[in-house]
Amino acid sequence: MTAYLTALYAITLREALRFTRQRGRFVAALVRPLVWLVVFAAGFRAALGLSITPPYQTYITYDIYIVPGLCGMIVLFNGMQSSLSLVYDREMGSMRLLLTSPLPRWWLLTCRLIASTVISCFQVYTFLAIAALYGITFPLLGYIAVLPALVLAGVMLGALGLALSSTISQLENFAGVMNFVIFPMFFLSSALYPLWKMAESSALLHDICALNPFTHAVEVIRFALYAQTNWTAAGWTCLAGAVLMGLALWGYDPARGLLQRKG
Amino acid sequence: MSGLSVQSLCFTYGAKQALDGVSFDVAPGEFCALLGPNGAGKSTLMSLLTRLFTTQQGRIRGAGHDLARTPRKALAQIGVVFQQTTLDLDLSVYRNLSYFAALHGISGREAHDRIMAALERLDMADRAHERARDLNGGHRRRTEIARCLIHRPSVLLLDEPTVGLDAAARRAITDHVHDLTSTEGLTVLWATHLSDEVRDSDRLIVLHQGRILADGNCGALRGPTPLPDYFLTLTGASA
Repeated sequence: MTAYLTALYAITLREALRFTRQRGRFVAALVRPLVWLVVFAAGFRAALGLSITPPYQTYITYDIYIVPGLCGMIVLFNGMQSSLSLVYDREMGSMRLLLTSPLPRWWLLTCRLIASTVISCFQVYTFLAIAALYGITFPLLGYIAVLPALVLAGVMLGALGLALSSTISQLENFAGVMNFVIFPMFFLSSALYPLWKMAESSALLHDICALNPFTHAVEVIRFALYAQTNWTAAGWTCLAGAVLMGLALWGYDPARGLLQRKG
Repeated sequence: MSGLSVQSLCFTYGAKQALDGVSFDVAPGEFCALLGPNGAGKSTLMSLLTRLFTTQQGRIRGAGHDLARTPRKALAQIGVVFQQTTLDLDLSVYRNLSYFAALHGISGREAHDRIMAALERLDMADRAHERARDLNGGHRRRTEIARCLIHRPSVLLLDEPTVGLDAAARRAITDHVHDLTSTEGLTVLWATHLSDEVRDSDRLIVLHQGRILADGNCGALRGPTPLPDYFLTLTGASA
């Protein structure tokens, strides 16, 4: 067991060191949701009326509604960043070092997942601190309760990144991930608008949003920020995480995965 | 026997046969040069020996452990230097090695002692805290060789480890690895396409188009013919 924890510590430390070296990544991770919060939310505050739906018990302004979605956005982008760094590691060769370790491959990939989630949590808490300075605060207990929600969302979206990285053969192909994964996942979710609003526009789009695992990750975070649990969303997020992790392990299996197909 | 054993190994990429019935044994403490031109199948063989690929047909045993049945035991006994550098260039030499040690479950004082011992063996101890990016090609390779010794493997696999190095660095690294076989009793499989890295006393395997063309003591195989000529004759004739 000690060997497993030793590897987990080393992989997390390496990812953290890599993250601190990439200051631009940290700034971008914060600027992106802040632009949405300060510019986008300000513009829509007047235009978008929000009825009282759980977990909210009173009318809220749009900028309050959007914060959990922006937390999800940070986790989503970090999951994809982790995927990008895995593809980079494979192209640069350092992935070989990981895959030739005598520890089980599922554990090594899980370590990468945990490391990515730790970084996501740090980014989200930094964002929540800035949002608090901006005047958007949550119940004190919510700041604690959101941690397991972020871990759940981080693991699910990190697993998505892992699964994607096993199918992306070159770094150059990563732009496709932005267009075909990140943007649809983000916009077809409850991050920016509640699902009932989407249903008013299109039943089909509403159904797609309801199936989107990112919607459920956002709802888990939203409820947790008010110290509540949305068990349905948590269950769907767990299920999506398990399926995506299974796909990632399949992709990195030496007998079937990308490494072998590429030669 | 322990050491390295490869039996009837075949591997294809789609319709292309990369390895065709490759079999050989490398005894403990033996330096075996795997000589082959580009595209001979050396890197495919190395990927199979390190379980980056799994065998489609045939059997591999590393230090007595079957790579397909007990991969973790086998990998724990194998040290690898890949053709492409696998150092994290933004980390120090020491951090690169401690990361590797952790991937083998070694930490704390034990990891520190092993790292320093491995660096001293490769004359790299004074560069422990330099960033890998700041090292020249030869020192980066030495770092990687030091790194692959940390978990005390009994088999070393090196895939064209001198690619891109100048003559002096190449000589130093081949000397270091030869020393490891005589002083530490390590089994070494050294893949290369450069015949001047092979000594007459070495075991030589010539791989070409996925098949073994020659296997034996280098001096005995080449006889009076210089090794480059012997190699060119062998591979040219079968091309």
